Amino acid sequence: MGVGIEVTNLNAWYGTNHTLQDITLNIPANHATALIGPSGCGKSTFVRCLNRMHETNPIARVTGTVRIGDMDIYNDAAPVEIRRRVGMVFQRPNPFPTMSIYDNVAAGLKLNGYRNKRSLDEIVERSLKNSALWDEVKDDLKSKSGASLSGGQQQRLCIARALAVDPEVLLMDEPASALDPVSTSKIEDLIFQLKSQYTIVIVTHNMQQAARVAEKTGFFLNGRMVEFDSTHKIFTNPSDKRTEDYITGRFG
Amino acid sequence: MTRIRFQQSLDQLKENLLVMAGLAEQAIQRAIEAYRVRDLSICDLVSRSEIAINRLERDIDQEALDLLAMEQPMAIDLRFILSVIKINADLERVGDAAKSISERVRNMEQMPAVPDLPVDIPRMATLSGEMVRKSLQAFIEADPETARAVLTMDDAVDTMNRAAYKSLTKLMEEQSHIAPQALNALMICRALERVADHATNIAEDVIFWIEGSDVRHHKSVMAQKQAAEARG
Repeated sequence: MGVGIEVTNLNAWYGTNHTLQDITLNIPANHATALIGPSGCGKSTFVRCLNRMHETNPIARVTGTVRIGDMDIYNDAAPVEIRRRVGMVFQRPNPFPTMSIYDNVAAGLKLNGYRNKRSLDEIVERSLKNSALWDEVKDDLKSKSGASLSGGQQQRLCIARALAVDPEVLLMDEPASALDPVSTSKIEDLIFQLKSQYTIVIVTHNMQQAARVAEKTGFFLNGRMVEFDSTHKIFTNPSDKRTEDYITGRFG
Repeated sequence: MTRIRFQQSLDQLKENLLVMAGLAEQAIQRAIEAYRVRDLSICDLVSRSEIAINRLERDIDQEALDLLAMEQPMAIDLRFILSVIKINADLERVGDAAKSISERVRNMEQMPAVPDLPVDIPRMATLSGEMVRKSLQAFIEADPETARAVLTMDDAVDTMNRAAYKSLTKLMEEQSHIAPQALNALMICRALERVADHATNIAEDVIFWIEGSDVRHHKSVMAQKQAAEARG
């Protein structure tokens, strides 16, 4: 099941560039939360701070607190453990190109020392079913590579790979921006189904997509979070003029 | 500013709705004038304007539909387009009410005049016309306070309509020979009461557009709330 995320006074830097400034918000468990804002506003940096990926860059730095469930991720656990509990899906699908579909899904588990074949089979099947890809690939699990799938299928394969390690949170950084409308709508349907089991945070430039899939939306601008509210409120009657100007296309 | 063409399209939509508003307001003023001076040539003008109003109603709806489909508006832009669609429908019905009044005037002209009908139609018409004018002023100036002033005027028109119903039905019972004339007057009062209702709707839509708050049916909502509180 998903858990809530509590972010308090989060600041992030790339070198001297202060990319996130004093972000405080509570992301509810088992809901989809969308983050919107113009390019360079800090929304991708923000999600990368939620699984400690930001600090993989040698010039990056973070202060503040991020609690995922009851775990303070910057003090209580190692990055590897955090990334198991917090899965991530990127803008461009990135399956391991030479691995079979099966091995792509099982990769994370094997990396964690999982060797029970029967149990692996079950997890691969369940993950592919949860990512709505099973019916399309079940006959080619070991004969086809991840790279042989279409872009939309590859992205659902990456989601299956993320789900296989049984995370509580799923971060999605523009997961559908490289996909055609049909594949995009499959990903959106999937997000809708997955949020009953996981806490989902999705970064998107597509505001209609945010409106369709998320219950909560945060608007970022120049490294600050301008407004965080119900998606309905943000898209019909936002409180802050800057939010309104952005979503109505008056700047951005 | 980005989306310049979209903003220009919104301005154009507003302009077209103002043309529609002008036609509807003119139609109701003419219908009232036709009643006051009993001039059938004015009734003809009202009938003719209805054709233009109906055509413009379809054009504005199509324009709004295109913007919704192609521009996917958000927040105040979305509320503006939704309000335009609803105001457009209300203006068309104001046009219908004007035509209905002019038809009643035509009918009255074919009968002997009854000088002392117990109803003050000119006063009711003035108030309804004022509500339409004010609601459109609120729309033009994007002013929710003017719109709120319109909402407070509706009760007076409703009261006048109820009084007209009471006195005119009594008259019909007592003097059946003038019942057709009294019925025509009653229908005119009802049309004016509807015009006031449409002006109220327009004012509510202006408030929704500017503030995002839904103030429709506020009286019945309040009454329900009070009843629920009274029940404990």
